Amino acid sequence: MLKKMVTLGLTVLLASLVMVTCSRKTEEQKTAAKYITIKGSDTMVHLASAWAESFMKSHPDADISVTGGGSGTGIAALLNGTTDICIASRSIKAKEITLAKEKGLSPNEIVTSRDGIAVVVNPGNPISELTIEQIGKIYTGVYTNWKDLGGADHEIVILSRESSSGTYVFFQEHVMKKKDYSPNAMLMPSTSAIIQSVTQDMWAIGYVGLGYGVQAADKVKMLNVKNDADSPAVAPSVASVQDASYGIARPLHFYTNGTPAGTTKDFVDFVLSDAGQAIVLEAGYVPIN
Amino acid sequence: MNTWQDKAIHTILVGAASTSILIVLLIFFFLGKEAFSFIWDPGFGHLFHTKWIPVSFKEEIFGIVPLITGSLLVTGLAVVIMVPFGVLGAIYIAEMGTLSERNFLKPFIEILAGIPSVVIGFFGLVVLSPIIKEIFNLNTGLTGLTGAILLAFMAIPTVITVSEDAIQSVPRAYREASLALGASKLQTIFRVIVPAALPGIIAAIMLGTGRVIGETMAVLMVTGNAAKLTINPFDSVRTMTATIAAEMGEVAFGSHHYQALFWVGIFLLIMTFGLNVVAQKFLKKYQMR
Repeated sequence: MLKKMVTLGLTVLLASLVMVTCSRKTEEQKTAAKYITIKGSDTMVHLASAWAESFMKSHPDADISVTGGGSGTGIAALLNGTTDICIASRSIKAKEITLAKEKGLSPNEIVTSRDGIAVVVNPGNPISELTIEQIGKIYTGVYTNWKDLGGADHEIVILSRESSSGTYVFFQEHVMKKKDYSPNAMLMPSTSAIIQSVTQDMWAIGYVGLGYGVQAADKVKMLNVKNDADSPAVAPSVASVQDASYGIARPLHFYTNGTPAGTTKDFVDFVLSDAGQAIVLEAGYVPIN
Repeated sequence: MNTWQDKAIHTILVGAASTSILIVLLIFFFLGKEAFSFIWDPGFGHLFHTKWIPVSFKEEIFGIVPLITGSLLVTGLAVVIMVPFGVLGAIYIAEMGTLSERNFLKPFIEILAGIPSVVIGFFGLVVLSPIIKEIFNLNTGLTGLTGAILLAFMAIPTVITVSEDAIQSVPRAYREASLALGASKLQTIFRVIVPAALPGIIAAIMLGTGRVIGETMAVLMVTGNAAKLTINPFDSVRTMTATIAAEMGEVAFGSHHYQALFWVGIFLLIMTFGLNVVAQKFLKKYQMR
């Protein structure tokens, strides 16, 4: 709900921004119609807005509108032809590709940047590294006590995002190996609520986007993650996500219908350029190279 | 006055008065329409499963039993907390307090009623939940009890205002007769006035309960939202309202999950509707005196 409100606020803000830009232009330029819509993941809305703003500065004749709503919403919009670019924090599903083909569309995937997911605990918790398998087993409810993992004899308080979050699904697929969440997992309405609870609850564990984790580094401890029992423990950071040594990371996508052309192509090129990737870093995500 | 003018005004007033009835009917119709096909596919019985797992790679389960028990647990506790504070407060304000106390207390109670629930929820998350955790020595302060206390805060103004009205409208002759017979002030209040105002007080409690059961934001923020079947007030619970608010945003339109959420809404509506009907019955009884 909170997230929704923020998204709504942002959308309104952006819409008014676009309107102001519009009104400044002459009729002639308006008819040039270099108008792009971007829709999808709430995780990527901030990032996409930052790209759009910067792009519009260097291309005054282009108009870009960015809306959130979730990765699923974005892909649905792409299939309905109501958006030029879909932003998605998950990959397109086989079912969605089939649906697109039925409609005569060919979704084209562009990896724009990456996002690491940090697993956070209270700084007072002696545990500082876990394997991906162990983390998955905490969330599925196999391990219920920190002593099973070599920690203190205390029950584990499991914190997760709400099921509408793309991060929830990503975590379930890649960390929990597609198993169901434990019924004891507490579903928090926002990332800040997870940080807040981990700060207060000594024996809680939660997951947040890398950018949020770094911001809250004085309040929570980010766990070092081992890909399996034999591999080294890696701290989540921009560098470790980039060289793929940190295991819990996901690509952030653009989806377009076919290969992008015209203004859409210019925009995609801008996003992948050094200037575009610098914005990625600023926004707290990880550039692709 | 002309009769046709009379008639026109009459029609307008009837129209205005029946709008709300129309809206209620439309809501029932809309909920029913969206939820209807769930009865055959996947089957009505699926709603009575004891697990709520709406997002799963294996099998999605839409059992609303833990959500109903969650709502009932939080509501029940909130009523237990709200009744003594609300009713005793109303008795004090109506019968015992001086005029200046009354003029001081009433506005504050009304301010409490006006605080947005998201603010109360934030207060609960940051202030109340650490206190609960500390007092009861729990792993986490995000429990059904925390939610219940917040909801009681929110419902107490309703209970006080309506019961105070009920107490005030007990005829003056009752008080005078009781005092003339030699009863003390306390005896008069608890043996004469409160019994006389009882239907009104019960109606007040019912209205307060209706407020509690339908409240969303505050419980979403502080109850932890784990959908488990429990009657332990120190466990995290997921209420029906929180489930709808958290999941409706990104659910695929027309999916089983979407329909199940509408069923949650229907059950919720039936519960609040029932409470209101009972409250109206009591109010009527008390107005007849």
